Amino acid sequence: MEHLAFTCLSVFSLACALGVVLSKNAINGAMCLLLCLAGVAGLFVQLHAYLLAFVLVLVYAGAVVALFLFIIMLLDMQGGRTWKFRGLNAAAGFVAALLLITGLNLLAVRGHLEAGPPIGNSVGSSLKFYSYQLFTTYLLPVQIIGFLLLIAMLGVIVLSRRAPQPEDAK
Amino acid sequence: MTPSLDSYVMLSAALFAIGFLGVLIRRNTLVIYMCLELMLVAATLALVAFSRFNGTEDGDVFVFFILTVAAAEVAVGLAIIVALFRARQTVQVDQLDSLKH
Repeated sequence: MEHLAFTCLSVFSLACALGVVLSKNAINGAMCLLLCLAGVAGLFVQLHAYLLAFVLVLVYAGAVVALFLFIIMLLDMQGGRTWKFRGLNAAAGFVAALLLITGLNLLAVRGHLEAGPPIGNSVGSSLKFYSYQLFTTYLLPVQIIGFLLLIAMLGVIVLSRRAPQPEDAK
Repeated sequence: MTPSLDSYVMLSAALFAIGFLGVLIRRNTLVIYMCLELMLVAATLALVAFSRFNGTEDGDVFVFFILTVAAAEVAVGLAIIVALFRARQTVQVDQLDSLKH
């Protein structure tokens, strides 16, 4: 049963990921990304990381994809003509991705990962555990990440300010 | 019968490879950015699978930080893309070739 769910979710995620890469229109790509993230969130639920699945949907599907859609609307790109094969580049891309897949595949087949069944009851679902970890072991990273977010916010404000136009200067 | 760790790692590798393929073959900056996000999500999937199968929790906590950094990265990156579009009226990478020669 669990295996069936895993197969369905992984096929769904892979298909949607391919949709992101191959769709002509950027809007369709963003929608495929949303569905792919939903599939990955389902896989997180299977791995008993319920809170992470929730955060993934909240942050990625809720914020990041919405931001992408907003920017696509803002830039008003003409869809349709964006995806074209350019002989050499596309061939190089496929060869590189194929090499990556074969390399990782060999690694997974030859270097068999030693892992038994999942250990015990995962604590991944407990919010208390996360907050304990974040405020004890990972206190410094949390503060650094907060600082990073502040810097990112300032950077976005500076970047999105309209540069003075030449006619404004006159 | 639960799926093994190998299958999760293989799925993560496949997702990563698809994102990598997208970064290589697409010409639209926004779509390239979406493929980068796909690669990040593939990495988080591997982290969660490893921490589940090894009974440790550090991977789960690390995914939190990855999500935060990804959110900050998307905000800054999209601001850069908008600024680029204002300056050059295009987001196609083959037309953004000022540094080429």
